[in-house]
Amino acid sequence: MALRTQFQNSSEIGVFVKLTNSYCLVPIAECEAFYSVFEGELSDFIKVIHTTIGGCRVVGTLCVGNKNGLLVPNSTTDKELQHLRNSLPDSVKIARVEERLSALGNVVACNDYVALVHPDLDRETEEVLADTLGVEVFRQTLADQVLVGSYSCLTNQGGMVHPKTPIEDQDELSSLLQLPLVAGTVNRGSGAIGSGMVVNDWIAFCGRDTTATEISLIESIFKLSDKGPNNINQMRSVLVESMTS
Amino acid sequence: MEFLGPRQDAAEQKILCCECGTLISPNPANMCVACIRTRVDVSENIPKQVVIHFCRFCERYLQPPSTWIACSLESRELLALCLKKLKGLNKVRLVDASFIWTEPHSKRIKVNVTIQGEAFGTILQQQFVVEYTVHYQMCEVCCKQKGSDGEAWRALVQIRQRTIHKKTMFYVEQIILKHNMHKDAMNIKEMEGGINFYYNAKNNARKMVDFMMAVIPCQYKTSQELVSHDIQSNVFNYKYTFFVEITRICKDEVVCLPLSVSRYLNHMSQIAICTRISDNIHLMDPLTLKIGQLNAGQYFRDQFDAICHQKQLREFMVMNIEPVYNTDKQYGSYSHKHQLADVWVLPLNSLGTDDQEIHTRTHLGNILQCGDYVLGFDVAHAVVNNAVFDKMKQSQLPDIILVKKIYPEKVKRNKGRNFRLRRLRKGSVTETVTDDGDYNDFLEDLEEDPELRKNVNLYKRQKPQWMAEAEEVIAPKVGLEELLDDLVLEPADTDENGNMLTE
Repeated sequence: MALRTQFQNSSEIGVFVKLTNSYCLVPIAECEAFYSVFEGELSDFIKVIHTTIGGCRVVGTLCVGNKNGLLVPNSTTDKELQHLRNSLPDSVKIARVEERLSALGNVVACNDYVALVHPDLDRETEEVLADTLGVEVFRQTLADQVLVGSYSCLTNQGGMVHPKTPIEDQDELSSLLQLPLVAGTVNRGSGAIGSGMVVNDWIAFCGRDTTATEISLIESIFKLSDKGPNNINQMRSVLVESMTS
Repeated sequence: MEFLGPRQDAAEQKILCCECGTLISPNPANMCVACIRTRVDVSENIPKQVVIHFCRFCERYLQPPSTWIACSLESRELLALCLKKLKGLNKVRLVDASFIWTEPHSKRIKVNVTIQGEAFGTILQQQFVVEYTVHYQMCEVCCKQKGSDGEAWRALVQIRQRTIHKKTMFYVEQIILKHNMHKDAMNIKEMEGGINFYYNAKNNARKMVDFMMAVIPCQYKTSQELVSHDIQSNVFNYKYTFFVEITRICKDEVVCLPLSVSRYLNHMSQIAICTRISDNIHLMDPLTLKIGQLNAGQYFRDQFDAICHQKQLREFMVMNIEPVYNTDKQYGSYSHKHQLADVWVLPLNSLGTDDQEIHTRTHLGNILQCGDYVLGFDVAHAVVNNAVFDKMKQSQLPDIILVKKIYPEKVKRNKGRNFRLRRLRKGSVTETVTDDGDYNDFLEDLEEDPELRKNVNLYKRQKPQWMAEAEEVIAPKVGLEELLDDLVLEPADTDENGNMLTE
């Protein structure tokens, strides 16, 4: 299931939210509608944690995590770190890294087993990343973009990459990551996949501008449909939307 | 071993259009061309309705800022003009343009325009129709030509003479033509008692006034009317009027001089004949041949009037004439062209009833012979309303003042004239402005006075066939050597201001 939402008139959901299979980080702000979407969908299964990182609301951009762990940048205060430690499930390891590229969400894209990282990321960070998140790390670029976290989105089911990624690169990555990959867009043609949506193994949230076509692509690549691809329902929703919009 | 060439479809990756889901190659909008076209209008900045201006008098279109171009409907020139009027075409690429037929009287021109524009890094081609509305606007040239009284002129010269006949006005017209002074005028109109010259600048009117002051005894007054003004920038917009009044004295009129003028002219007799109007007023005492000249300043300081107009002159018959040779000439200048004579005349209307011959002296001694007819002013029987004349002693006055010899066969003379004149084409305001044979009188004056001819261009004229065989008329004639080559009049014979020249 993929839902559309909006954070304070911004469709760039992935910038503000970090969603994994075992927890969800949302920023602290006065926007109850936004929280209610996440809490309504997730609170039965995982914990929705309200936090800031280094006093900033751009939580999704600044940290990186999966069901095994969470990496926060050096700017995170002790208080925030303590709050996160208290809130996160006990199984989740948390680590603060000394990293020059402090927007970890932009430079790392990961699922629970593999991670794509910015080619210039520190060796130490890479090691911490591998230890904490329990992932295999690959230094890669996507469509000549180094910010792999911004331009791609990975789950254990599949992945979506920047629309300009050549098909050879997609094939190579797909065999590297052992995941089906597709080039696509969110937010009505935006190539910034990682910034425009958050996704885990059973649910995706994307920006308000995302079209029905994009949602159907997202649902099919991340295998979010309830019982296999329900083509008729899919087509109906696309048709209805195109007629009403 | 099988050779596998590079897969063609692998080379170009495809994504789904974010709107409709068709497979496209990625572009900055990640949308297919059809979807982009529904969302973006490349002709957005191009107006679909435009006004163009058309002068219906000369049938030309205005190309801003101030050029007028003649072009027919659906012509290449009109298309160029229409596209030039279209703003925003520089931001896109024009691919094609063509006219769509419209009814010629609908005052609408439709152009089908195809443009290419860029949106989200994609080139879009779009076709649309621009409707041009044709508005009427008079062009400057037509405005000048049609120029009604109120509209276009900035300065007006009113030339007026308060007389009953128009000889002097004809002379003025000829001088203006000779010096080409009419060329700056936007419009020329004949009015009751004179001519109006309309100008678009005050300077041109000023020039005309100065010219008039130089060639004819006149005075002028100026007035101005405020049309509009802008207090903020201190700009005032006036219409100027110059009222030029020409002296009322005409050639061959008997005048009565005030004493001051008489004294100024070396004690000339107060009764005098005006022999010519040029830049001065030429006066002569017919009884002594004493002559004098007055310029405009002198005349208007002590203005005086004629006591006898040309139309009040009576006809007399010369019964006897004797030249007078020995006269005691006093101080002053005397005419050498005239001959003083004693003459005995009979009024023509009393011929046969009253044979009382009247004696007088005349300046026409060298052209009068016995039996000739002559025009004269019967002083004794005239009723004159003139203050100066009333104060004169009756004993000082002659009985008759002979003014002008009458040449016989006037009709034949007019038809057989060997010259003609150019005329100013004027718009006449009223139909009542007629010349009553004044024009022929003026032509006769030209024949009789070589001095007058110096200021006038005469053109050769072919005589009628029957005149060549008929006997010559006894009257002064103009020598062939004085005439200019024939004036050719064609339908399109206009001067540079569009004023037609007529005979």
